[in-house]
Formats: sequence, structure tokens, C-alpha cells
Amino acid sequence: MKVVLEHLTKIFPSRNKKDKNAEVVAVNDFNLEIPDGKLIGLLGPSGCGKSTTLFMISGLQAPSSGKIYFGDDDVTKLSPENRGIGLVFQNYALYPHLTVQQNILFPLQNLKGENRLSKEEMLTRANEVAKLVQIDEFMNRKPSELSGGQQQRVAIARALVKMPRVLLLDEPLSNLDARLRLQTREEIRRIQRDTKITTIFVTHDQEEAMSISDFIVVMKLGVIMQTGKPQWVYDDPANLFVAKFLGTPPINVFSGKVEGGKVFIGEECVIEAKGVEDQEVYVGIRPEGFLLDEKGGLTGEVSGIDVMGRDISVVSTNANSLNPVVRSIISADEMGKIKGNVARFSLKEHKVFLFNKETEDRVYFGGQIAAHEQMLAQMQAEGEFHSSHEGPLPREADDKAKEETVPEPKKSFFSKVFRKKKVEFVEEENETPAEEGAEGQAAEQAEERKESE
Amino acid sequence: MDEMVQEPAAIEEPVAGEAPVAEEIGTQDGGKKPPLSKEEKKIRRERVMRVIKPWLYLLPTLVVLAVFTVWPIINTVRMAFLADLRDVSAGGDPIGYDFLKDMGGMYNFEFTFQNFAYVVGYEGFLTALGNTMLLTVVTVPVSTMLALLIAVALNSIKPLRKVFQTIFFLPYVTNSIAIGMVFMAMFQMIGYSPASPPTSVGIVNTIIEAFGGTAINWVNEGSSYWANMSVLFFYIIWNALPFKILVLLGGLQGVNKQYYDAAKVDGASRVRIFWKITVPLLSPMIAYVVITGFIGGFKEYTSIVGIFGEKYMGPPGSMGKPLNTMVGLVYDSIKSNQGSASAAALILFVIIFVVTMLNLYVSKKKVHY
Repeated sequence: MKVVLEHLTKIFPSRNKKDKNAEVVAVNDFNLEIPDGKLIGLLGPSGCGKSTTLFMISGLQAPSSGKIYFGDDDVTKLSPENRGIGLVFQNYALYPHLTVQQNILFPLQNLKGENRLSKEEMLTRANEVAKLVQIDEFMNRKPSELSGGQQQRVAIARALVKMPRVLLLDEPLSNLDARLRLQTREEIRRIQRDTKITTIFVTHDQEEAMSISDFIVVMKLGVIMQTGKPQWVYDDPANLFVAKFLGTPPINVFSGKVEGGKVFIGEECVIEAKGVEDQEVYVGIRPEGFLLDEKGGLTGEVSGIDVMGRDISVVSTNANSLNPVVRSIISADEMGKIKGNVARFSLKEHKVFLFNKETEDRVYFGGQIAAHEQMLAQMQAEGEFHSSHEGPLPREADDKAKEETVPEPKKSFFSKVFRKKKVEFVEEENETPAEEGAEGQAAEQAEERKESE
Repeated sequence: MDEMVQEPAAIEEPVAGEAPVAEEIGTQDGGKKPPLSKEEKKIRRERVMRVIKPWLYLLPTLVVLAVFTVWPIINTVRMAFLADLRDVSAGGDPIGYDFLKDMGGMYNFEFTFQNFAYVVGYEGFLTALGNTMLLTVVTVPVSTMLALLIAVALNSIKPLRKVFQTIFFLPYVTNSIAIGMVFMAMFQMIGYSPASPPTSVGIVNTIIEAFGGTAINWVNEGSSYWANMSVLFFYIIWNALPFKILVLLGGLQGVNKQYYDAAKVDGASRVRIFWKITVPLLSPMIAYVVITGFIGGFKEYTSIVGIFGEKYMGPPGSMGKPLNTMVGLVYDSIKSNQGSASAAALILFVIIFVVTMLNLYVSKKKVHY
């Protein structure tokens, strides 16, 4: 079943009704066409609206505006049970008092009228699905007697048993340990291939999304940044955010400029970029884009080398790098080329991305222009969908911006009364956003955004 | 050499556990106790204090508990089995255990089951037992069900939730005798005193008449048993609601909302969600509420006193306390015959015990923890 999202927007009203600026735009004018029978990964940092999008597709949350189509049916106004979806929750939400079998049967027992199945049919269906997700031997156990991975599969079985048109998975792997995660994502891939149900899953783990999705949708602050096949998006990021978000180890970003058709990082010319206008740029270089070369333009002070067998990871520092260290992955054979403390690198052109410093949009240069067009043409020919964000990017909490605008500590009753404590509050509030993970960041991003608006 | 031997001993001395062991060995050998050094005395004193101190702190509580809780329980059992049987041999009722007589030491009380026989044979016993059973069996399920519905409703509304919570919680903090008197006024048919001409009509009858019904004699002279009981049901159910709502609402708020989202996606109807999701997930709380409800139900007494007064335990002028309960029976005999009061209390205890065990047995099978 094809899923089409048209101008989908979700605005959460502010708690304080007087303060209109406090409302949060979780999903902003979301347009997406998801082809039939594919596995789609909605990818983005926490708070980017990917789960909200999923819940709007499921019908558990109503969009503020916009339309949702399954095939040709407009399902925007339909309630969840009438949409024909299967939803797997992040923590599975298996009914703890029911056995595995009863859990799987539950959706079938809710069917009414002509859809109602006989008891035997229900059991057959449940057994089929249980076999598909390989939990048929645990049918009489309670969820609490299963491992995380098994619970996950029960949840998928419960979602699949009513033969949904669309299967939705909310962070399906985040509650599993690392080993199970690998196993289960293969499992999800296999089940999706077997059933050919259009599947949309949400994740903040780019590796997870890249490894099993047919397509990924990279989101930021409720806006689609880029969509496409994982490899394409990785090889051809449309802007700095996408480049930074995809890839482990992450892309190395340098502050630089283009002058006279040459890219400079600091005073060093690192690569030619003919035909590109002079401008301030960010230079993103994938770790695998470095070549040890004595004549190379980019220098790095080597602070360590991680040996990984086939490859080595050279950790170096560069004054213009925005990351604390520059990581470059090179073949282990070339290790001898590092002499002394300083490594010199030349760069692979297709692993170097230039982004305008103002807009953070991609600046194509040299052979990339042709490669990009060729890729677009190929996508068109294959009927695959590809899109990238156009127009100004949503302003987010940049590292720089974060430093500049330290949020004013809220003047609470307590801070007024207990003057001494106030100092402690201030310190705490300043520290947490930087140190906390994605959650805190997301909250701050939302706040920053409100301010800028 | 001497120094080397002495050294470890000097180190061992301050260790608390070591000192008494050395001392015991010394006494076993038959040798004289070596005089204790100052440190050893100090250590000993500290050890003793460490054992005594907690008990010292607990002492006031223990004394109060022993005097006012433990002893009365033991004494109740004792008293229930003691009776003065002289009157029985003369053809009268057993006088039973009397605390004052016991204090005088002039009477001998014999160990006997006579008190139990007396209580069971007492003409008011079956009435009291029947009333107690009826009140419990009707009010506990109804009030639990109502409380569950109200809790679910409260949990699903946002505006005015606090207001409703307060309203439902009011009976909990109000004196039950006071509530009983208000109920008596509400269910009044005529003026308060039967002697005076009809001056007022209770609000319940006013409402019934407003809807075209005829006024019912709920609580006044000559009212029927079932009219009285209806008032009691109403009162007890209403009075039992707040605690149950509180417990169930607390339980509901602890239920993960995703179960409901999941059920919604699975297309479960509201009724089905209630019975298949809410009730099983709340079952530990429901079991708790039912068990405490049964125990409270068997101890019902103040509500009847509140509405009907202790004198008649029924409509004014009625004979034989038609609305008496087990606790009422205990109270009735406490002044004259403490032996049979104790026996009645023990009987009530056994009933409650058996019912609670039954409850626990059933809940073990039905409750999903």
C-alpha cells in the first residue's frame, strides 16, 4: 500500500494559553510519498518529529493540518482501528496479563460483523504469524517470561496478525542490547521481505536505518532534510546536517573558504574546486576520504593511531576542525607513511563535501556535479523517489549559537527566596543541555527555535 | 622474643569481638579471671548498650501495644471460654464472665463453650448475622464496581478532575454519625418527632414526589425492613466509595498509556478495553479493595447507629433491634455479659478470617501481578 503524506503539520499548543510563542511545531509541512512494499526508515535526532509523524500515520495523533493517503484512500479522519495499520511500540506494550497467544489473538477478537473469524481461523492465523516471527514455541508464556527480542517479535506478530496495510514500528530496536539489536534488525528485514507490507520505522540510530531500509528519510526539527536510498544519501548529502548525521565515525568538518577555485582550510589548499564562487564554506570530509600523501595539502598533528586490523584510524588534530579530533581511516599498508608527529593528507574528491557557511547547503564542485546529476537521472529512471530540503534550513541550536545564548535561569519562587541556591540553579541549567544526550538537546532546539521566531 | 609475643596481644585487645573469647577460655581453664583493663570494661559496656539501646527506644511503644492491643486480644479469647454457670443449673441464663467479679476473686469461672452456645442461641443472633451478611454481600460488589467506573471516568477527564476528586472524597473525612444524621433527615417522611404533626418531608421523598411517585416511609416508625435496608445500602456504598476510588485511581494512573494506544490500534471497543485491559491490569488494586471492603462490611455498625440510633437499631418503636449487626451484638452484651461478648467477637473474627482466606484464594487465581 502506497502511503502519501501531504503538507502534514503537527503543532502542539503551548501549556500556557497566553503565550502563543510557546507552541511547538513538531512536524512542519511534511510531504512524502512512500512506495508500496518498501521498508522506510524515518531518521533524525530525538525531538525531530519522527515519532509524531509515525503516530499521525497510525491515527493516534491527529495532524494539525495536511492529509494522509493510504493508496487512494484519504485516511486523515479515520480512527486508528479503521486504517488497517499495525503498530509496534517502543516498549512493545504487550498486555502483561495475557499469554503470547492471547496477545496475538487480541486484535482478531476485536473484529466485528462479517470480518469476524471463527475460533479455528483465528488460531490458524495466530499460529501462522507466530511461525513467521519464530515465536510459535512460546505461545503459552507470559510476556514477562520472554527475552527482549522475543517480546519484540511477539509485538510484531500482534501487529501483523490482522494483515495490516501498513506496518509502523516506533524505535523498534532501542530497548534491545547490542547483539540482539543486530539480530532483530535482520529479522525485521526478513519479515518485511516475506510479507511485503509497506513498513515505516522510526529510529535515531543512523546505522540501524542505513542497514535495513530501502529508503531513509532524514528529519530535523519537523522538516525533511533529505530522502533516498541510504547509500545515496550517504554519498551525496544535501546539506551539512545530513552529512553530519550519517556515518560512523562521523564526518570531519573543517572551517574553510573557497578562493579562486581552490578550497582552503586555514592557509592550506586542500583540493581544487574549479568554477566555485569565492565564499566561506564548511568542508566535510568522510573519514575514508583521506589519503596519506607527503605532498598533500591537509596537515594534522597525530595524537594517536587506532589499529583495527585491515584499516587503521589516524586520530589527529587540526586548528580549523570543528570536531575535537580528526579521524581518518586509511589502509593499514600505508601506516609507514606517517613520519614523526605530522601527517599530511590528500583527499578523495567524492568524499569531500563543501557547504556554504551561511545556508549550510551543499556546494557541488568538480566531478561531483556530473555525479549528482547522473544519480538523479538514475533515480528517475528507476522510479525511485528522492528529495531534499529546499529553501532556508530550519535554524537549530548550533554549537556556536548554544555558547552565545545562555538561557536565562528561570526565576522561580525558590530562587527568589533562597538566594544562595540560585547560583546552583544557574550552574546546573547551563551544564545539562551540553552534557545530556539528544533529549536535552532536542528540548533546547525547540526552545531556541521559538526564540528565533 | 618476649616482645614479639606480646605485640599481637596488644593489637588484639581493642578488637571488640576478641575480648570475651579470651575471657571464656580463661574461665574454662579454671584459672582466676584476670582483672579487666579499663579498655575492656569500656568495650563490654558498649556491647551491652548496643543490645539494650534499641529495645529501650522501642519500650514505650511495646508497652502501649502490649497493654492495649496484645493483652485485650488474649483476654478476649480467654474470656470467651469462661462462664459462671451457677444460674444455668438453676434453670436461668449463664451469667458469664464479669471483669468486676473476677477482680473480687469471689467467683470461680469454669472453662466452657457455654458462651458460644449462648450467643448462637440468642434470639438476636441470626438477625445480626443475616443483616451483616446481607449488607456486606450487597454493598461490597456494588461499591467496588461503582468506584471502578468513577475512577475510570475521573481518569479520563481533565477539566474539573480535582473538583470531582474532592467531592468524592468528602465522605472519607466526615464523621459517620454526622453523615448518618444527615441521611436520617434526607430520608425523613414526616416531622422528626412522631408525636408532632407532619412538619417536614425529607429531600428524597420530595424528589420522588416531584417525579410523580408516592413518598415511601424509609426510616420512620412503621417503615419496612427492606426500606430500611435500602437506605443502609445507599449509605454504606456511598460511604465506602472514596477510599476505593482513591486506591483504584492511583492504580489507573500507574497503568502505562501505551496499552490503551495499542488496544485502540487493535480496534478494541471501549467495553472490551475496560474488561480486557483495565480490569486485569487493576486486579491487584481491585483485590485489595474487595478484601478490605469485606472486612469493613462485617464490622458495619456506626452507619446504623447514625441513622437509626443505638436504642432501637431499627425504625423508632421497633422491637428486638431488627437492624442489628454482629458488632452491635458484641456491644449489646458487653455491659452485662463480657463472656458472651467475647464469644460473639471471636465468632465475628472467625467469619472475617474465613472470608478473607476465601478472598485471597480466589484472588490468587484471578489477579495478575
